[in-house]
Amino acid sequence: MAEKRIDEPTGTETVGHEWDGIEELDTPMPRWWVYTFYATIVWAIGFVIAYPAFPGLKQASEGMLGWSSRGQLAEEMSAADQSRLSVREALAVMPIERLPADPELMSQAVSGGAAAFKVNCVQCHGSGAAGSQTLGYANLNDDDWLWGGDLQSIEYTITNGIRQADHPGSRTGAMPAFAGAFSSEQLDDLANYVLSLSGKAEPNAAGAQIFSENCALCHGPTGEGNRTLGAPRLNDAIWLRGGSREDIIAQVTNPKLGAMPAWGERLDPVTIKMLTAYVHSLGGGEDTPVPVAPEEAETVPPEQEAQTPAQ
Amino acid sequence: MNSPAPLQSRPPQPAKQLYEQSKTVHNKRVDGPFRRFKWAVMILTLGIYYITPWVRWDRGPYAPDQAVLIDLAHRRFYMFGIEIWPHEFYFVAGLLIMAGIGLFLVTSAVGRAWCGYSCPQTVWTDLFQHIDRFIDGDRNARMRLDKAPWGPKKIARRLTKWAIYLVIAFWTGGAWIMYFADAPTLVREFWAGEAAPAAYITVAVLTLTTFVLGGFMREQVCIYMCPWPRIQTALMDEKSLLVTYKDWRGEKRGSLKKAEKNPEAYGDCIDCNLCVAVCPTGWDIRKGPDISCITCALCIDACDKVMKEVGRPRGLIDYATLDDCEAERAGQPARSPMKAILQPRTLIYFGIWASIGLALLFALGTRSHTDLTVSPDRNPPFMLLSDGSIRNAYTLRLRNMESRPRDMRVAIEDLPGAVMWSDTIAAEKAAPAQTFAVPADQTLTVRAYVSAPADTLPGDFAFTLTALDEQGESDRTETSFNAPGAE
Repeated sequence: MAEKRIDEPTGTETVGHEWDGIEELDTPMPRWWVYTFYATIVWAIGFVIAYPAFPGLKQASEGMLGWSSRGQLAEEMSAADQSRLSVREALAVMPIERLPADPELMSQAVSGGAAAFKVNCVQCHGSGAAGSQTLGYANLNDDDWLWGGDLQSIEYTITNGIRQADHPGSRTGAMPAFAGAFSSEQLDDLANYVLSLSGKAEPNAAGAQIFSENCALCHGPTGEGNRTLGAPRLNDAIWLRGGSREDIIAQVTNPKLGAMPAWGERLDPVTIKMLTAYVHSLGGGEDTPVPVAPEEAETVPPEQEAQTPAQ
Repeated sequence: MNSPAPLQSRPPQPAKQLYEQSKTVHNKRVDGPFRRFKWAVMILTLGIYYITPWVRWDRGPYAPDQAVLIDLAHRRFYMFGIEIWPHEFYFVAGLLIMAGIGLFLVTSAVGRAWCGYSCPQTVWTDLFQHIDRFIDGDRNARMRLDKAPWGPKKIARRLTKWAIYLVIAFWTGGAWIMYFADAPTLVREFWAGEAAPAAYITVAVLTLTTFVLGGFMREQVCIYMCPWPRIQTALMDEKSLLVTYKDWRGEKRGSLKKAEKNPEAYGDCIDCNLCVAVCPTGWDIRKGPDISCITCALCIDACDKVMKEVGRPRGLIDYATLDDCEAERAGQPARSPMKAILQPRTLIYFGIWASIGLALLFALGTRSHTDLTVSPDRNPPFMLLSDGSIRNAYTLRLRNMESRPRDMRVAIEDLPGAVMWSDTIAAEKAAPAQTFAVPADQTLTVRAYVSAPADTLPGDFAFTLTALDEQGESDRTETSFNAPGAE
């Protein structure tokens, strides 16, 4: 520790510290600097009074301005809701099948749907909407639909759900369990025949016989499926629960059937329209069948979906 | 640790001051070549600053006609014939790097010339000091007025002066926002109260800073606030050009009378203090170089004039390097300061600076006005379709940087059998190439689906974008196709 001394060239006092011969001058600060410092102290006092500052056991002291981060969030959320109001109002009166005619509203609906999908749908369908073959959650990106891939059908499916016993309009279809009905050879023949529908095995007469007697009623004579019953299409490359021989046999003997909540009970119609637009936009969306007459279009949905096959 | 010294041996402590009151600098009027150069630089820089936003430049119907415009809302930067898009920000980064190296280059060549002549703080301080002189008179009159008690006359003078400060400050802030929107429209909106809040806030902040920094803080900014003088102390060495007092010629100082009586004992400096009186930061150059000296060379003008009057050679205070000073002190002839400019360091800085500039010019000359970026979907990476084919999805951004709408054709290259469609082109119309209408001066975002036969293996392919006009500009972007074959 060096003594404080007056530095000769500058005439300024040193602070009295010395590190390897380096000393520090105790140069006085300019007055405006000191005043600026005092001003920040005054500002801080005002700030403490105006805003929450002192922590308490339950909550911090309330500032005089009544500001809180929660309050700010609520304000910003309601402002965001306000800014979306026009889109929501337009969507509320727009029948879903007319949506493609308004590309701007459609793209807004797709963005809104993408956000709603992340909250409500990704738990089963995955964040990329690719579903899961292991768990039997449907892939929403492809061009194969169990219950129809046009806007109206998708809206109906989301609103009413799938296999919800206590929801009257719910999509319902069942597959009997054939465990014990066939011998293992018969099951092999059947599985081979099902694979042959999409060209993955040689057709065999025995399998064809079993198929036409037991399966063709729902899945169609050539395995084209039936969207009314949610009977999957079997003659394409897409498999809901796996396309190996074992997967097929397991599904025949002890079928697993998927279910989806009726979202109409939980979400408002506008959000469902947005979800519909988003799911439709993922790449497999089908054109909405042109409504023949307005009154028919309103009552028809279930029959119309019937015309299109599914997996 | 030293043992504590006995109390009585402590030297008497000087009265400690918590702060130092700044002394207002009242610089005296001076004329000379450097003062005239300073005028020229001031008129040039202020002229560029105030007039540039009003220069018009015709770009056709789809783009603004302001020559220099930073259009934040539409994310465009216009500078005469050049239009910069956000993805070309490297041009702006390049210009900033050039500006940075430019400061190094200038410091290496001519010392603190930036500080002395063209720094906005210097230019505005100079302008405000001229206003002081215009309202209150020259140095002595201003010092008298400062000391005078407050009365109607002083209050009237002060209010007039501050009002003029405020007008200039407002004009400075007002000119700034003109760079960010169409100037004539903005002026109309500004006075009609229809401009964006950001415009009023920006003008208010810049008015306040100009008023305070130019009107009152002045040299305090250079001495205490600005980082650049500190950096410069590291950039400068004994080969750097400085404004120097040649003490071996000037000392010992003495008045003309004393020197006439005893010419042997006195040097050339007649201690008239004019060099201090004209200094805009109040520094005494005879104490040597300091952070306070911004090398504006007004003291050279002042001293040269006095030396002429007393019949002694000019250059008692002059631009010189410390090396030159040593040589002169040792009796060698004075070297022209111009020689200090050409040294290897300066040439290296200039080389770097110029090569960045040339690279930017080359990039500017060869850049395309058509650009394609591709981002493949990563979740899911690929999708099987009913017929067994494999579909990948991509987000394509088609940039039309021409100020006219153009049709552009996107084609798949190196992916046999692949077809594409999009969010606006139905899957039934899938084809190896699709045409999109891209609006003028805009980016079209396309969600494209590419489907390839079932046996396609994962691998790289490319999208090509070709403008369907006479120029036929094109761009090619490599991307990858994902398929189940991937490990």
